[in-house]
Amino acid sequence: MTFIAKPRLHHPTLKQNRIGYTRRDYEGKVSTLCAGCGHDSISAALIQAFWELDIEPHKVAKLSGIGCSSKTPDYFLGNSHGFNTVHGRMPSVLTGANLANRDLIYIGVSGDGDSASIGLGQFAHVMRRGVDMAYILENNGVYGLTKGQFSATADAGSRSKRGVENTDSAVDTVGLALLMGASYVARGFSGDKEQLVPLLKAAIAHPGAAFVDVISPCVAFNNHSGSTKSYDYVREHNEAVSRLDFWPSRDAITVSYEEGAVIEVPQHDGSILKLRKLDGAYDPTDKIAALNAIARAAADGEVLTGLLYVDPSADDLHAHLSTVKVPFNRLGEQELCPGSAMLDRINASLR
Amino acid sequence: MKRIEAVNDFVVKFANVNGSGSASANELFAKSFLRMGIPVSPRNIFPSNIQGLPTWYEVRVTEAGWLGRRGGVDLMVAMNPQTWDKDVREIDPGGYLFYDNTKPLPQSKFREDIHVVGMPLTEISNATYTDARERQLFKNIIYVGALAALLGIEPGVIAELIGEQYKGKEKLLKPNLNAFQMGYHYAEETLKDAIGLKAQRAYEVGDRIFIDGNAAAGLGMVYGGATVCAWYPITPSSSVAEAFQRYCARLRVDKESGQNRFAIVQAEDELASIGMVVGAGWNGARAFTATSGPGVSLMTEFIGLAYFAEIPVTIIDVQRGGPSTGMPTRTQQSDVIACAYASHGDTKHVLLFPEDPRECFEHAAAALDLADRLQTPVFVMTDLDIGMNQRLARPFTWDDARRYDRGKVMTEAELEAGKEFGRYLDVDGDGIPFRTYPGTHPTKGGFFTRGTTKDRYARYSEEGPVYVDNVQRLLRKFETAKSLVPQPVLRACGRKTRFGVIYYGSTSPAMDEAYGALEAAGIAVDTLRICAFPFNDAVSDFIAEHEQVFVVEQNRDAQLRTLLMNELNVDPAKLMPVLHYDGTPITARFITAEISERVRVLNVEPLKKGKAA
Repeated sequence: MTFIAKPRLHHPTLKQNRIGYTRRDYEGKVSTLCAGCGHDSISAALIQAFWELDIEPHKVAKLSGIGCSSKTPDYFLGNSHGFNTVHGRMPSVLTGANLANRDLIYIGVSGDGDSASIGLGQFAHVMRRGVDMAYILENNGVYGLTKGQFSATADAGSRSKRGVENTDSAVDTVGLALLMGASYVARGFSGDKEQLVPLLKAAIAHPGAAFVDVISPCVAFNNHSGSTKSYDYVREHNEAVSRLDFWPSRDAITVSYEEGAVIEVPQHDGSILKLRKLDGAYDPTDKIAALNAIARAAADGEVLTGLLYVDPSADDLHAHLSTVKVPFNRLGEQELCPGSAMLDRINASLR
Repeated sequence: MKRIEAVNDFVVKFANVNGSGSASANELFAKSFLRMGIPVSPRNIFPSNIQGLPTWYEVRVTEAGWLGRRGGVDLMVAMNPQTWDKDVREIDPGGYLFYDNTKPLPQSKFREDIHVVGMPLTEISNATYTDARERQLFKNIIYVGALAALLGIEPGVIAELIGEQYKGKEKLLKPNLNAFQMGYHYAEETLKDAIGLKAQRAYEVGDRIFIDGNAAAGLGMVYGGATVCAWYPITPSSSVAEAFQRYCARLRVDKESGQNRFAIVQAEDELASIGMVVGAGWNGARAFTATSGPGVSLMTEFIGLAYFAEIPVTIIDVQRGGPSTGMPTRTQQSDVIACAYASHGDTKHVLLFPEDPRECFEHAAAALDLADRLQTPVFVMTDLDIGMNQRLARPFTWDDARRYDRGKVMTEAELEAGKEFGRYLDVDGDGIPFRTYPGTHPTKGGFFTRGTTKDRYARYSEEGPVYVDNVQRLLRKFETAKSLVPQPVLRACGRKTRFGVIYYGSTSPAMDEAYGALEAAGIAVDTLRICAFPFNDAVSDFIAEHEQVFVVEQNRDAQLRTLLMNELNVDPAKLMPVLHYDGTPITARFITAEISERVRVLNVEPLKKGKAA
């Protein structure tokens, strides 16, 4: 980590996005994580994604649980409200926040301990409910903040820094998210920003429960040989199913790709996912095929990355509950209180 | 043999089998008294079961208007062979046993000192109906008809109630009326004057309403402006969320769009319910959850976060018998300490103690205001006795000029104008800082909420003085709460007395009645009904003004007494616990007996010589 305060002044030549913000406007406090931590690369990718999407930073709410990953919302979008909740329970807090104000964009940041161990229940149920959010799991297979215990996503047979073998089978977070009903499921690698940024952008824009599992090596406790979440291991075993380009709805840009290698996935809100398929047979709208591909890759010891599944007709919890378009936190007595005349009628019916 | 004779003052208890359809018949019976202007106080005594186990329904008919449980039974309607022996034993000497004599029972099954009234209910029902379910359901209505004749309930009143219940359902209306008439006529002709208990038209009900506390609390949440309800089913609180749902469907749907101005989520557990409430409260919506003791246990981590991060949260705790799974369908006031000090570290929380459905409504709405004003968790401490029993209560009222108190929320305009914002900065000296809703301003007012220590500007800090500064401010805020919560209610006997009684919540009706009984026995006491925690000066003054204060509670460990000792530094010897905790609602008889006995002992103590009660 660094102790140098970030300068507040921006260089005048810094490039601005369509709404006049520079990338610096999307930054947060200086990270307190270890130098080289994969999580910092993910924060950087998020900054890039929000800047490219022309989203006003304060219109984003950042929620997290507890752990190294959950500290990161302090390190990006410094002018946004953030909430570092309790261990494993970010999904419920995010759900409540989302119900209170449907106009904001919700980012949930979690880690593998937070989501796959203590918070496995809430992880599953937030996907079932289709809460409109981008849920980012910074997955390093290890408990960093408590110094190196295995997490529930550590592969069976992988070894800790002290040489202990993990004998428990790993929680497959992308498979679980798919089964539970997430309508956008992707996996990236913190060391591959080119792939990660579009995956994050599409997740942020997705109008439903979007889940991105990001393999993020822990340089302090899980970057040795014997680990299956190290930089070297992931680079050697990464099999990308797709390269993604994401176009928000206002851009009717078509880019010419090689015939047959590109599929366009128009989403519910009008935005378009353009997918350059590396694996010719891969169809990300086919849920069963996605589950199969994940299982096959796991059996082969490969880490499947890219957009694994998207439901183009996804909707969210507000649609399921048929809530009004005005955010709840803007409703007052006028809209909420039925008044004394109605109460007199209720009284009359109780006699 | 003695024969209990009473007019408008008796207890009828129904012994039934759960799931046999008796509940609606028994409710019909209870309501018929209300329509005759006679107050009643019914109570369900039910098992943790859906079908097959014994269930009882006790109706206290009380022209005097005592709404607590009386104790004792004058007339037992014994419809459950499983519990026959116990039910027969429970009847007061000279009382009555009404039973189905279709099958003869040996003499040993009865008692010498009670009056037995048999009626071939099954035979009558089977002769009229062929469908098994109909036979069962109409048997219940037949006994209601018979009891109406035996007790002098006006048949027109019951016909009216049946008419209201089956309005628009003609197919059900007629057979129910017929079954009622059948029972009524049979008893009128063959059981003349068999029972000495009589109902007589009175005028004591007035404009009061008849509702259970959980429904009232659900309605209070609608009026108070709650938009988010996250809950997990647990007895005896589930009907709070269900009532909220019902009232919202009627009162909170936008007429034009058909869309809802509410969101109700049945969460995966209590941890998620409270998490959602915390998230919604953080983001500026009024949110609540309803639960019971085991749920509160699960929620405590989040409650600590909400206390420390200062997030409005409203929790309705419908208390039941604990610990552990305890007695899920029995009542207690045993979560007082668990809620007052919920969570790890130094925490304390605001508690409200409603005494009846009317106050469940009021306290629910008040809790939402208090939670926003104080930016902290607020508990509404009701219990099964209030929550799941219909009770006569003063009608609900609402002042249309009332505005929701959203507390200190800094707006975009204020931030833009350069008003200083520190999320944990005590600008007014009341310990309450300003907050901002997420998304308020592009560059000002944003902050990071966390459960870890922070300074006045919400910046992470592990410095000792910064920590102390923050938690001291939280104490100041708790001090502020004292003047905002509902104030205690004093009942002074008008004479000099050295005895005081403190009570709260569902103990109220029993205490009201006991007060009269004590007075009649020559024991003068002043009483103070505690309506909220933290306690204000009126509570300390009351204790200081009396030599002995009885603290009447429905738990084993005298939890409110502990809270009084702890928070007000009261000499423990001064506070004498009067405790009822077998799961049944406390009675006036119990309180009167306990206090009378202790006063007697205190009066003969040498040290107190010369001082009369």
